[in-house]
Amino acid sequence: MDAQTWTYIIVGATFMLYIGVAIWARAGSTKDFYVAGGGVHPIANGMATAADWMSAASFISMAGLISFMGYQGSQYLMGWTGGYVLLALLLAPYLRKFGKFTVPDFIGERYYSQTARIVAVICALFVSFTYVVGQMKGVGVAFSKFLDVPFHWGVIIGVGIVFFYAVLGGMKGITYTQVAQFCVLIFAYLVPAIFISIIMVDNPIPQLGLGGTLEDGTALLTKLDELSTELGFKEYTTSHNGKVDLFFVTAALMLGTAGLPHVIVRFFTVPKVADARKSAGWALLFIALLYTTAPAVAAFARTNLIETVNEKEYAQVPHWFKTWEGTGLLAFDDKNGDGIIQYYNDKNEDYVKNVAAPKGWQGNELTVDRDIIVLANPEIANLPAWVIALVVAGGLAAALSTAAGLLLVISTSVSHDLLKKWLKPDISPEKELMAARISIAVAVVIAGYFGINPPGFVAQVVAWAFGLAAASFFPAIILGIFSKRMNMQGAISGMIVGLVFTGSYIVYFKYLGGTSNQYWFGISPEGIGTLGMLVNTCVALIVSRFTPAPPVSVQEMVEHIRIPKGAGDAAIH
Amino acid sequence: MENKNVQEYWKRNLKYLSILLAIWFLVSYGCSILFVEQLNQIKIGGYKLGFWFAQQGSIYVFVGLIFIYVFLMNKLDKEFDVDEK
Repeated sequence: MDAQTWTYIIVGATFMLYIGVAIWARAGSTKDFYVAGGGVHPIANGMATAADWMSAASFISMAGLISFMGYQGSQYLMGWTGGYVLLALLLAPYLRKFGKFTVPDFIGERYYSQTARIVAVICALFVSFTYVVGQMKGVGVAFSKFLDVPFHWGVIIGVGIVFFYAVLGGMKGITYTQVAQFCVLIFAYLVPAIFISIIMVDNPIPQLGLGGTLEDGTALLTKLDELSTELGFKEYTTSHNGKVDLFFVTAALMLGTAGLPHVIVRFFTVPKVADARKSAGWALLFIALLYTTAPAVAAFARTNLIETVNEKEYAQVPHWFKTWEGTGLLAFDDKNGDGIIQYYNDKNEDYVKNVAAPKGWQGNELTVDRDIIVLANPEIANLPAWVIALVVAGGLAAALSTAAGLLLVISTSVSHDLLKKWLKPDISPEKELMAARISIAVAVVIAGYFGINPPGFVAQVVAWAFGLAAASFFPAIILGIFSKRMNMQGAISGMIVGLVFTGSYIVYFKYLGGTSNQYWFGISPEGIGTLGMLVNTCVALIVSRFTPAPPVSVQEMVEHIRIPKGAGDAAIH
Repeated sequence: MENKNVQEYWKRNLKYLSILLAIWFLVSYGCSILFVEQLNQIKIGGYKLGFWFAQQGSIYVFVGLIFIYVFLMNKLDKEFDVDEK
């Protein structure tokens, strides 16, 4: 059977699985719909959190990014895992004890203010929308590349599936489908990685294989460093950009992770405070499976790619090369007309002058899209057709699970935070559940529409989603738990200053033509959330000291969330 | 529960937090970013140590830190009788 048929079979089977799970886990109440009834086992919740967390970007793009960034790519590896330590230690147990449904709920009650709640809702909606559109785009790409379906139909099929299980099952349906999706995506990621690790360094564990030695006796990473410098690139394993930016980007990704509403709400679904801590540990363990494999995949693929195609005759390239040229992700442009592929760093002036020009090279002739590293990896390593199909199913699982989690945040923000807590407090539970279903349905359709016609701002997911979560939610929640003295005035002014500061920096450098030599202290827009977080915290602390202390009832609430005893159900209060 | 006990419980919690977060900071920002060149001088197998911390080691340590915290807090909850029955 060819890869195409395998893809239909495997993708079809996994979709049937998700639908089956969704029918089994229907939601009967708002509590089911918002927090899966509050009875999810910590290990199941860990898997669901991992699937929720690992998006199309983690699955498809991250290894490719690392492959081309080398050591510098560590910012994603550490940034997207280190936040879980903050979550487990500083947020999850207390928010679980607080026992409500959403992040704006916490902000609204802790700061006894409707304004604070609304600021939080707007942030949650903006962050989640930016993020979800990217997922929908990922679904469209996967379908159109592998199943020969036009891009917009790919998005529509993906939307249809999410629509079905999210509207039917709410958080409950989403949680259990995410458990299934985690199993699919991790299996799909590890199988090709293990194969390639065995082929290249004869070690079945990719995490060890990355430090392994090749057939000719040189260490893989040493070889990769040599290959990179030979082609005029920087060494793979050493740092070459400013440390300040690396530091700030890593921190912004960590702080943002800990402040993203779709991650935080997952910890409302477990029965006890102790489970919230444990669940964060399991989640990170499951995430680490993929995140420690990714750098190995990156290094294997980069070595493989350079050795297979560089300075080879175009007429002699392997079959997969031609297939991927067809998709536009790989392109060869024979600039000097010698029929041989020259791949090197033509931005490196010394190298061009001393090495490339004397050989008659007239510029780099190979352009490689970073997504190809994961997508084409099985073919480059000559793996069987079913492995290729598995990778497609895994990519779709990653995109769909993240999209569903985000859509739930959007719908609860509308039905619970806006409708129930603000506009129509006397709404009956049945009507609220209906409103939640309608808003998730509408959100799915809007996300699908923007997936097909993406607005410009969604290309900057990393800067926007993580920057804003770091600069707004993270400090507001932490201060709400750890500082009893923090009051409404401090928190609101902190959030607003943090948001405006971070937002303006991103807008200036991403849309108004700011250039990198104007960066403050060399911090890129992706890392500015860290500074935004610090500014927010300082403003909040100073303002709160000059304004009245919060009411006694709120101070008692803070006392109450600090000890696990009496957590009870998520809804009762 | 006694007010004094609550404060003592919270103080112990904060102590655990500061120790664990210090390790978290040291491994990720220290070993993997600020002192990566120095650590890269040391080689373990095919890995330079600083690079290993940045792309592998720090993640393992993160997982370990959470489970250590889970263990410490479960014990502390029992000791102060604030665990959920």
